[in-house]
Amino acid sequence: MTDDVRPPVLQAQGITKVFGGVRALSGVDFALGEGEAHALVGENGAGKSTLIKVLTGVHRPDEGQVLLGGEPRSFGRPLDAQQAGISTIYQEVNLIPLMSAAQNVYLGREPRTSFGLVDTRAMERDARELLDSYGIDVDVRRPLRTLGLGAQQMVALARAVSIDARVVIMDEPTSSLEPREVRTLFEVIARLREQGIAIVYVSHRMDELYEVCEKVTVLRDGRLVHTGDLADLPRLELVAMMLGRTTSEMSGSGVTEFGEEAHTQAAEPVLVAEHLTRKHEIEDVALSVRPGEVLGLGGLLGAGRSETLKAVAGAMPLDRGQVSLDGKRVRSGSVPAAIRAGVVLLPEDRKAEGIIPNLSVRENIVLAALPRLSRFGFTSRRKQDAVVRTMMERLHIKASSPEQPVAELSGGNQQKVMIARWLAMSPRVLLLDEPTRGIDVGAKAEVQALIDELAREGLGIVLVSSELEEVIEGADRMVVLKDGAVVAELNGEEITEERLMAALSTETALPADPGAPPEEASRG
Amino acid sequence: MAEATVTSAPTRSTSVSGWLRVYGVYAALVVVLVINLLFTDNFFAVDNFRIQLVQVVPVLVVALGMALVIGTEGIDLSVGAVMALAAAVIPLWLGYGVVPAVLVALVAGLVVGLVNGGVIAFIGVQPIVATLALMVGGRGIALVISGEQLKSIQNQDLRSLGTAEVAGIPLIVVIAAVLAVLVWLLVSSTTYGRQLVAVGGNRRAAELSGLPVKRVLITAYVLCALLASIAGVIGVARAGASVPSTLGNLIELSAITAVVVGGTPLSGGQVRVWGTVAGALLLQLIDATLIKHDVPDSYSQIVQAVIIVIAVFVQRGKGVRS
Repeated sequence: MTDDVRPPVLQAQGITKVFGGVRALSGVDFALGEGEAHALVGENGAGKSTLIKVLTGVHRPDEGQVLLGGEPRSFGRPLDAQQAGISTIYQEVNLIPLMSAAQNVYLGREPRTSFGLVDTRAMERDARELLDSYGIDVDVRRPLRTLGLGAQQMVALARAVSIDARVVIMDEPTSSLEPREVRTLFEVIARLREQGIAIVYVSHRMDELYEVCEKVTVLRDGRLVHTGDLADLPRLELVAMMLGRTTSEMSGSGVTEFGEEAHTQAAEPVLVAEHLTRKHEIEDVALSVRPGEVLGLGGLLGAGRSETLKAVAGAMPLDRGQVSLDGKRVRSGSVPAAIRAGVVLLPEDRKAEGIIPNLSVRENIVLAALPRLSRFGFTSRRKQDAVVRTMMERLHIKASSPEQPVAELSGGNQQKVMIARWLAMSPRVLLLDEPTRGIDVGAKAEVQALIDELAREGLGIVLVSSELEEVIEGADRMVVLKDGAVVAELNGEEITEERLMAALSTETALPADPGAPPEEASRG
Repeated sequence: MAEATVTSAPTRSTSVSGWLRVYGVYAALVVVLVINLLFTDNFFAVDNFRIQLVQVVPVLVVALGMALVIGTEGIDLSVGAVMALAAAVIPLWLGYGVVPAVLVALVAGLVVGLVNGGVIAFIGVQPIVATLALMVGGRGIALVISGEQLKSIQNQDLRSLGTAEVAGIPLIVVIAAVLAVLVWLLVSSTTYGRQLVAVGGNRRAAELSGLPVKRVLITAYVLCALLASIAGVIGVARAGASVPSTLGNLIELSAITAVVVGGTPLSGGQVRVWGTVAGALLLQLIDATLIKHDVPDSYSQIVQAVIIVIAVFVQRGKGVRS
């Protein structure tokens, strides 16, 4: 497809995959040259994981074919792909934690003694040599789980390449690695490439992509957006492609239900969060919200937006950092403490973290407020009904009755029930994680209008949304996150797609060179 | 762009299988009664019903607590051991009177419940494993306390607890009925009861809604153990002896069966108190029917197994993924 002289070792042609009527991939082409490091990027739902699963035989494509070394191949199951030389390293290491590193490397193909027993000595010697050859220094006799996550991943990698791999697919390989381990990984990747092994590298970390990869393929909504040399591609353009924009064309306003004018805000912030830090998730994030303000959190997938909201809501333990409301410190890591202070979170995954499916609409609405709608520990149906009626009218919740099981409602109405649950607590600050995901257009407009209205009534709102228009038009101010840290803050008129993308594509410092810097070494 | 969810007409699972899940146990109860009316001599006699009710009390009281625990998506295998512990401590304290002896038996239950609940809520051990430890260890402790001796109870106050009647109804049946009403009130109209059901329905959501999830879990196991120790006291009073080696043997299985047959799903999020009561009665009546027709005990176990399979099969319809 491009001016590629090397024959592609792995190729996908016109891959289409449909899941229950939803096209996860439509006619996607992908070509991987020998010894090439190829970045595969895209936002949520772009089809990256589906493509990987097609390449590794987990899914069968509905249309199109996979070619390995020029030959069309159809992998019935993942093991076939592995035996054909395609290995995958997942984020979560899928090895056996109680076995030694050496046993894991040679699992299922252990060297034997002349009596047919496992030759442990030979196995350990071979494993040590193999790991040494990649510059990985681990004790191969130790159980895998006693090794660091990075070392575990290296063992997985060693296992993969020792099974005669021609292609290694790495899915977010650095997400839980220390900077020093990241360096080792990059060195291993370089050695693999020297041996002609091709790498598919999936990551959200822009800087890593530019350091490791020579080619890039961008997917969006199941379609191929771009493929080519990475070095030629300006970062801004890459970000724009991932978000489905071109740098020249920017959409006008008025797509959402958010009002045009900024909300009138008090001067003093209601909520201040400082130094929010949790290893591998977020690093020294700070934000503040004033009453009547909608603060948007910008960033790509994996930038730490949801984690930041969880940290503020007490739903994620913190290594460091504090949240205060009206100047008063809120006990960190405690959801009840945050709720008492008036900080509430609408979680991203409504089904898993929001609704109680077997309970009625009424019981879901009053869930958090139950103690205050009770007398001497007995629930008061009268008090509940008053709250539920008000909420259902105000939020236009469509249900046959308050007693209908919440699981039977549409996504939009379930989301309104979740919002009602929190409004019943009269919160000061509302943290909204993807409030309009997976709900129909009408409900989406209603939810957006409601956010606007709540802000006008003086609530502080923090908004996370993967839909650009929503954050850009909804937010009065925006904090931009990248790799778990704040990289920019945009105010009022500055909140535009150009500024956001510029902030997202700035270069940040890569992990330092080997021989870790002092502050890393001292980290406990 | 996220996919648009069109409001579809809710397809209620409350078709035949839904109806069976909720009311099946009552229907089965009626069927068993009718069969006995037709084929069993002297079944419909006041004395017979009195015997059946008296016999069902221990399982029923234990099942009430089990229903609470199962409602949290848990299970408690240690209930039989708790009964044994209660039985073991009673003779030691009976010298101080019935009230102290019963109180100590309840304290034994309280301690077991706290240990179970604490291990499950704070350490995160799976309920089946945590309570298995005390199922084995608790009975061991009971045997150590009792010196593996059967102790006859001479105290008339305690013995009369097993034989007394209130308005012609055995006292222990009245106690069981009162406990059932209390548990029903707890589940249906207290803050705690609704929180328990919410924790069982979606624990993560309950946590994120600020519910005191750990406290709810611990309380459920404490209540379950307390009810089991009451069953233990009743067992001792009825037998007129403390026999920790056999009291409450395998009662956890009967209790779980009663709860499941009564329509409470093992996946938590619901507690059917009256279904549990009916489930316990159903098991008791089936047992009695088979005995009256001289069917060997081994067959009645097979029948129990079939009932469990049917109950689980009926429940399986829930939670179909679209």
